[in-house]
Amino acid sequence: MHGLINRAIQGFVRDTYGPPVWAQVMRQADLGFAEFEAMLDYDDAATYRVLAEVAQALDRPLPGILEDIGTYLVSDPRMERLRRLLRFGGDTFEEFLLTLDDLPEWARLAVPDLTLPELEIRALAPGTLRLSCVAERTGWGHVIVGMLRALADDYGALVFLEHVPAEEGREIIEIAVLESEFAAGRDFELGLRSG
Amino acid sequence: MQAGAGQGPGGDAGLPAADRQIARALEGLVPAGQAARAPEGLVPAGWLDLFCPMHLRLDPDGRISHAGPAFRKLCPGRSLVGCDLFDLLDWRRRGPAGALPDEEGMTALLAAAGEPLKLRLRAPPGTGFKGVLAADGQGGGLLNLSFGISVVEAVRDHALTSRDLAPTDLTIEMLYLVEAKTAAMEASRDLNLRLQGAKIAAEEQAFTDTLTGLKNRRAMDHVLERLTAAGVAAPFALMHLDLDYFKQVNDRLGHAAGDHVLQQVARILVEETRSGDVVARVGGDEFVIVFGNLTGRERLEQAASRIIARLEQPIPYGGKSCRVSASAGSALSGCYARPDGVQMLIDADTALYVSKRRGRGQHTFFHEELR
Repeated sequence: MHGLINRAIQGFVRDTYGPPVWAQVMRQADLGFAEFEAMLDYDDAATYRVLAEVAQALDRPLPGILEDIGTYLVSDPRMERLRRLLRFGGDTFEEFLLTLDDLPEWARLAVPDLTLPELEIRALAPGTLRLSCVAERTGWGHVIVGMLRALADDYGALVFLEHVPAEEGREIIEIAVLESEFAAGRDFELGLRSG
Repeated sequence: MQAGAGQGPGGDAGLPAADRQIARALEGLVPAGQAARAPEGLVPAGWLDLFCPMHLRLDPDGRISHAGPAFRKLCPGRSLVGCDLFDLLDWRRRGPAGALPDEEGMTALLAAAGEPLKLRLRAPPGTGFKGVLAADGQGGGLLNLSFGISVVEAVRDHALTSRDLAPTDLTIEMLYLVEAKTAAMEASRDLNLRLQGAKIAAEEQAFTDTLTGLKNRRAMDHVLERLTAAGVAAPFALMHLDLDYFKQVNDRLGHAAGDHVLQQVARILVEETRSGDVVARVGGDEFVIVFGNLTGRERLEQAASRIIARLEQPIPYGGKSCRVSASAGSALSGCYARPDGVQMLIDADTALYVSKRRGRGQHTFFHEELR
């Protein structure tokens, strides 16, 4: 998996649980290095190995951890850049959801060799959407649920999300947007103010 | 006679009413002198605002008769209708030809119809634009603008949102790419910095002198530490060797010649020692040889003479010949109750300077009287 994805896991563990926990995870995973590089590509097995060790070290089931990683990617101040890139997707949360189909394309525009799961969004009724997520293995859906929860907050929308595993590698997320302007949300201006 | 005259209503009769209207409107927006119809009223209100939210309609006096919604946002708090375009914007043709208009005002602008223009807001923050003008055939025209390369600053300075942009506009994608590129550059710079740090650390930890391939000072210190550790009884000799006349080679023939000489010296030192001996370059033209299990003065003396004799052979370099020699001093571990690497180096150095004082090109053993 791409270094950026591995770096996200690394950043999450390190920033949330501290460098010693990450060091322990990498020792246990025994990959021959202590940290991932953002610009390199890694074997998928390395990522699964590290995730299994994270679950072991935190003594928690993996789905909850994956969801926390998704939330971390959007809401942690150290990940502000990614939040901004995501917010380019739309002016409101619903608009953003409707562009999720294009998310892998947007990602490839920024990082040509970054492969994300295939996403397909369907609007079933006003405020009711279904996102299907297809990847080699199940798990991405949990990350996306975490990201969507944090992004809903970011937009100030009130939503209800439900993760429904289908078959291996295919996950469904049922989304109900209860109120699109529930809270103030966080600022987003197109033009980035530097300094 | 005129371009517009030939295209009668028959040409677009098959189009729906709205498309006919547009077709007729666009017909009027060809460069100056080609069409003479009065199309302004035919463009449905709002269509241009939707497609080109940064457009300005100009009357024959160069005054604005309508401004698109995005352009209005660039000039908050002022009414643009009736405003003189040339008070508002500074403009010139792009490219070397006609950087400054020959004439003034609307006449000059109309003469540049269809050409790429560069424009700038006169008021701060002086936002820059790309633009193109189409004449309406009645002395006025339609000026469409975009931010071009100043898009990042413009969007920031005027707090534009995606609602201010036409849905077909690629500005959002452009801004996204700018930020993605910045993030990627940062990640790559981080990586480079870390690699640089790792390289420096690796060099600091290295045991090899990169110029000659000999051991370096660090490696030699390790060897001496090992040989003088408590419980190690193997006797050894330490020879300190300093090149004579090396500075002259450097000064006369340059550093490349000097480097070549150092490499040849290194080769000779390796050839004249046994594989178990340690040969290190410990300074610019200073070398240390650690002879393990060798304390016979006679054999050391022979080794030193052989080395010095070989180093005195001219070393050819680039058609010239470099001549150096060497002075050496040795200390034997057997002369110490408890051999200490640092002390032995100092003593070998003392002996070396005796060799230098005696006229160079020779070898001296350290003994207590030299202290």
